[in-house]
Amino acid sequence: MSTDTLLTVANVTRRFGGLVANSNVSMTVHRGEMLGLIGPNGAGKSTLFNLIAGTFPPNEGRILFEGQDITGLPAPARCRLGIARTFQVPRSFDSMSVLDNVMVGAFAKVPGSHAARRTAIETLDFCSLAHRTEASAGDLTPPEKRRLEVARALATKPKLLLLDEVMTGLTPSEARLGVELVRKVRDQGVTVIMVEHVMEIVMPLVDRAVVLNLGKVLAEGKPKDVVRDDAVITAYLGERHRAA
Amino acid sequence: MTTQALLQVLASGLLMGLIYALIAVGLSLIFGLMDVVNFAHGEFLMTAMYVVFGMFLFTAIDPVLLVPVAAAALFVVGAAAYLGVVRFAMRAKANQGMVQIFATFGLATLMQGAAQYFLTPDYRSIGNSWLGGKTLNLAGVFLPWPQIFGGLVSIAAFGGLYLLMSRTDFGKALEATREDQGAVALVGIDRNRVFALGWGLGAALVGLAGAVLAIFYYIHPQVGATFGLIAYVTVALGGFGSVFGALAAGVIVGLVEALTAALLPPAMKSIGIYTLYLGIVFIRPSGLFGKL
Amino acid sequence: MTTDVLPFPPATGLLPRRRNQLLVAAAVFAAIALIPFLVRDVYLQNVLVLTLLYAAVSQSWNILGGYCGQISLGHALYFGIGAYATSVLFVTYGVVPWGGMLVGGVLSAAIALLLGYPCFRLKGHYFSIATIVIAEIGLVLVHNWDFVGGALGIQWPFGSDSWWTLQFARDKVPYVHLALGLLAITWFVTFLIEGSRWGYWWRAVKDNPEAAESLGVEIFHSKMAAAAVSAFFTAVGGSFYASFLAYIDPESVMSFRFSLLFALPAVLGGIGTLWGPVVGAAILIPLTEITRSYLGGSGSGIDLIIYGGLIMLVSLAKPEGLLSLFRRKPKAEARS
Repeated sequence: MSTDTLLTVANVTRRFGGLVANSNVSMTVHRGEMLGLIGPNGAGKSTLFNLIAGTFPPNEGRILFEGQDITGLPAPARCRLGIARTFQVPRSFDSMSVLDNVMVGAFAKVPGSHAARRTAIETLDFCSLAHRTEASAGDLTPPEKRRLEVARALATKPKLLLLDEVMTGLTPSEARLGVELVRKVRDQGVTVIMVEHVMEIVMPLVDRAVVLNLGKVLAEGKPKDVVRDDAVITAYLGERHRAA
Repeated sequence: MTTQALLQVLASGLLMGLIYALIAVGLSLIFGLMDVVNFAHGEFLMTAMYVVFGMFLFTAIDPVLLVPVAAAALFVVGAAAYLGVVRFAMRAKANQGMVQIFATFGLATLMQGAAQYFLTPDYRSIGNSWLGGKTLNLAGVFLPWPQIFGGLVSIAAFGGLYLLMSRTDFGKALEATREDQGAVALVGIDRNRVFALGWGLGAALVGLAGAVLAIFYYIHPQVGATFGLIAYVTVALGGFGSVFGALAAGVIVGLVEALTAALLPPAMKSIGIYTLYLGIVFIRPSGLFGKL
Repeated sequence: MTTDVLPFPPATGLLPRRRNQLLVAAAVFAAIALIPFLVRDVYLQNVLVLTLLYAAVSQSWNILGGYCGQISLGHALYFGIGAYATSVLFVTYGVVPWGGMLVGGVLSAAIALLLGYPCFRLKGHYFSIATIVIAEIGLVLVHNWDFVGGALGIQWPFGSDSWWTLQFARDKVPYVHLALGLLAITWFVTFLIEGSRWGYWWRAVKDNPEAAESLGVEIFHSKMAAAAVSAFFTAVGGSFYASFLAYIDPESVMSFRFSLLFALPAVLGGIGTLWGPVVGAAILIPLTEITRSYLGGSGSGIDLIIYGGLIMLVSLAKPEGLLSLFRRKPKAEARS
């Protein structure tokens, strides 16, 4: 793992009306690493995620990607720079086929439809969805839809992939396949930030974890250190994990 | 413009505005309830006008007394439109918005065609009614009695609507359904029934307006198109779903229309409200009082 | 939309399914071109011209409404701009309709871009109602604009039959071929777009704008591009219609009825599909034209009953359009 910095979030604050969803959050993500973003419900994970993806800008603070200030860039521009994301609730293009869905992603980097189709087919193959290429996205099962989200994001050839609870709602065996896919993605050299609820899945998988609580960074470090951190245990992991 | 003339313009604009508000409020109510824009709203109005015209023709009962009859008839029409058409449009899996637009558009076109086929495209009007053609002279400002009556009906209707929404169980069920469609099912409110009643109520309100208009306006199969567009503009101006936004917007539309008519050639009278509408939604994309 | 499964897509050239679509289109259009030689009845030829015209304009509407999901109910504006630009240029300045077509098209596209700035901030019903209102403003302005004939409209001068001035008093066949040409062009443009990046982006914008943005799609630009293309071809249709009628007035080219008539065939046949508008127009226009002449003159309302009933029925029973009835067999088609 290189220590080269890919993404820097510097003193970012985001308010919604009177509610402070992210308060003075700072973190860095290194090229090639897999980072877990965890925290209880309402901790501000999704907000931070959306700030990095460019869904909305922060009220204060800056976001740097490969040294470039992207704080004011909208989502499509960030995608072209190499930031891709999935959505917590899958947002497939339901009137289009699976292949067409992924081609939309591919067009972010390649203008021609032949090249985009080739990229899309390769990506679908990579995500083990090749057998569903022709299906309508609206007809996919929930785990397939999650795979489609990942495939579509990967087709944009990202440097940084933001995965928003891709394992939620999967059965243990489906989750194992999901973990396998995420590992494969990382092995391709893509940096990954995962927001995840299921600790048992995310902790063994990531190189480093950032714990958010009440909109602030509570702890940061190697998974095995973070899970032993008293503040984290009290705030989030709670009884269940202490017992485990 | 003299003060006298200005007062005349404002007074007639205000009265017409109250009637516009009454036309629009049912549309807004239905949208607020279930996010459906009824593109057949103008045709509901036309139906009410024909109901009053027909009743007057055959029974010679004065239109003033027929107002509740029109409201009752339209209640049935509205509930039937929901149960027969809109209910199915809401089941569409993809492009629901589009399905709703075209299903209600289809209904509108069908109603227009049926009116033309069965009642002929002729322009009709009600002569010799109690209020028709009579005016009130208020210190030199002339106000037609039918419009005054319309304004009063409108104010009464909004008052009644307010009481209904705040005091009755049905009003509470409406409000609850507006707030959270999923939750109402949990507390045992039958969504379909509330929706059907909501459509009935929305249509009954436009029925009142139609009965009033029938006294002083020409009745013909296309009449719904003109007033329908004004109703959409009013509702969009006031904010879709906002009942009292519709009242304020209706009055604004009436006043602006009266002023435009006084300043521009008569053929251009609708320019004023259309421009006002565009100006407002471009600045505030969800209307003056919209929640969006 | 279905797409072909190709483990190894060719590096260049058309995919087999796309190539087949082109062949089918060529065959269909060639067959239509022969119809007027077999059906000599002028009335039926007239119906054919209108059917082809509405298919073409509905296809143009479909680009914005069906592919990009922006339901415009004000396309009569662009139709009117095309008709008026052509008529004014021809009658007042002697510019042949071919020039008017181009001018009207470019003017419409420019106006669509101008209107797009504020309008594309509006969502859903607010957008649709704004388009109605804008077209109505256009209608009122034309009514009151004496330079373009006001309420009286513009009468084209009588002249000898000519492909140059697009006037054919004796024979309707050239109009059939002109309308067919227009349809073929709009169909082909839609075909090209559908397979290109824009086509994918537009459908993504329609289905889920937030997801589209996260994949690098510029939503506003996508809508603007769709609006410009759509307005251009709608205006060309209006331009053709003016030369076909040789007389226009505000109501006969710009009334709200037209906005509806451009949307309906696409809705009926299948929104956002290549053949939807063609199929829809082929059912809707002959049906209403013929019932109108056999079941009572125009204005009897029968045509409206049929429109309304059909649209209601289709949007409730088959919201994807009539074409979707045949959608279960794409494989057989793709394999050939």
